[in-house]
Amino acid sequence: MDTILELRDVQKHFRRPDGVVQAMDGVSLRIGAGEFVAVQGPSGSGKTTLLMAAGVLMQPDSGVVVIAGEEPYKLSAEQRAGFRAAHIGFVFQQFHLVHYLNVLDNVLTAALALPADDAEERARGLIERFGLASRAGHVPSELSIGERQRAALARALLNRPKLLLADEPTGNLDEENGRLVLDCLAGFAKDGGAVLLVTHDPKAAGFSHRALRMENGKLAAG
Amino acid sequence: MNIGRLIICEILFRKLSFALGVLSVFAAVGCLVGALASLREHDRRTEQIIAAKQAETQEKMELLADDYRRITLKLGFNVLILPKDQKLGDLFADDYATKYMPEEYATRLAKSRVATINHILPSLQQKVKWPETGRTILLMGVRGEVYMRGAGQKPLLEPVQAGKIVLGAELHQGLKLKVGDTTRLMGREFTVAKLNEERGTKDDITAWINLAEAQAMLGKEGQINGILALDCTCADARLPLIRAEIEKILPDTQVIEFASQAIARAETRNRAAAEAEAAIEREKQGRSLLRSEREAFAAVLMPLVVLGCAVWIGFLALANVRERRGEIGVLRALGVRARQILWLFLGRAVAMGVAGACLGYAAGQAAIAGAEFNVLLLAAVIAGAPLLAALASWIPALLAAQQDPADILRQE
Repeated sequence: MDTILELRDVQKHFRRPDGVVQAMDGVSLRIGAGEFVAVQGPSGSGKTTLLMAAGVLMQPDSGVVVIAGEEPYKLSAEQRAGFRAAHIGFVFQQFHLVHYLNVLDNVLTAALALPADDAEERARGLIERFGLASRAGHVPSELSIGERQRAALARALLNRPKLLLADEPTGNLDEENGRLVLDCLAGFAKDGGAVLLVTHDPKAAGFSHRALRMENGKLAAG
Repeated sequence: MNIGRLIICEILFRKLSFALGVLSVFAAVGCLVGALASLREHDRRTEQIIAAKQAETQEKMELLADDYRRITLKLGFNVLILPKDQKLGDLFADDYATKYMPEEYATRLAKSRVATINHILPSLQQKVKWPETGRTILLMGVRGEVYMRGAGQKPLLEPVQAGKIVLGAELHQGLKLKVGDTTRLMGREFTVAKLNEERGTKDDITAWINLAEAQAMLGKEGQINGILALDCTCADARLPLIRAEIEKILPDTQVIEFASQAIARAETRNRAAAEAEAAIEREKQGRSLLRSEREAFAAVLMPLVVLGCAVWIGFLALANVRERRGEIGVLRALGVRARQILWLFLGRAVAMGVAGACLGYAAGQAAIAGAEFNVLLLAAVIAGAPLLAALASWIPALLAAQQDPADILRQE
């Protein structure tokens, strides 16, 4: 099984007025192609920091991050942005859809970073796959919560990433929509992608192949 | 999807913010175009006023010139060219020159195309006893003018044909002669060709005959004792100019001026012309001063308006960046480059500048009645306003491009 994401002894701390917070304390993690890994833990345990570091959005203080065989933090900022576009998909609890764009255009924002002739065709395919075909011309405020998250999921998958990072993707969803999203993540892993899900939800963790627990910046088996 | 489409969608979504930006560019461009159009209109109006005044002056000067010509025709020649050795005391005592010069001088003068005099009349004049009547008269031999500018020149004095005589008022009244009568003078018979009206001058006792006959009668073949001329009255210090010019051509002559009434009138005409020119110059200076004041006002107003516009656009851009923080974060997370984020905001500013420039140009032109369409100015504002808007938005756009997506996503 090819390794998609590997973190080796990653450290990250933040300085706050009340002292230093060790968000990641020697975190090591390996996720292979086709693997769905869930990380659980209380608020402030460092889950989101882990996700940001794995998503090439936050440079660790030390340690190594390898994604698809490359060390992205050795690249320039512009190259890292291109790397993210090519290899990583994000799904957020708050969806972060652009509220003045319709569903189709929101999905296509991923193509801003990685333009392709067939981007619109793929976007329409994903919209169809997530049952949003009739909502393609609607803006986020006209969509249900579940539809918004499905639109965000379609956006995350547009550039055919190898790694999908999901931060509490079911946190705002009802059970049915939550299951639909988790099924999609599982399907992505089944198709050979790697999924790192951080969640409070034990049911969500139940969809994963491997559940880990994070506390005080340390990662341990769940 | 591309940055351009994203800009258009965002503009359509935040119409008010965009409209406020367009409004500020509109105001700045409108003020600029209005000020420039106003100055151009001022220049055009100045040209019209000056041209009208110049035409009016030209017309009056032509009328005065015509008047002067008529006056001169009545008063006769005003310059007399005499032999150099002629004493002026003798001239004034005897009423004629007692020294002589070759008749050929008149031809030489005419051929030289002298500029300061207009008409040339060679004459031989002498006070003689009219033996047949017992009267003392001035006998004037004239042959007509020697033309300087070809045959088209209108003569001041018609030539006297051989065998003809023209008589002054005192003579023809005293002798009761009429046109067509014959009379004898110094043994020769003459037919009266013309009777002059009373002038109150020595002309009243003058008899004009053909120059050749006068030369023969006085024993002065090929000789004259004066060349009458009409000066050009083209400058205040005419006489020195005439003297200088004629001295070069006829070194052994002298020039005197007479008929002061005509000269005074000519001088008045010249002064009127000078005064008219001065009035036009004063008008030009007044209009120029007014233009300078308008320019100075525009020079103070425009930087303030442009600065105000730039500050306002910068403020709107900053507000736009703050409002779109989450959008920036997610776009950066999706891999959109920092420079693309920069263009996202600069492109919006450019669109604002183009829209404001077009509307501002139209408004500025419309505000000034009669302002002409200026394609160069339009091109300048369409190029300049977006540039200004982009510069004003530069810092906010740079801040947007430099935002850390991780920070934004964590905080959102």
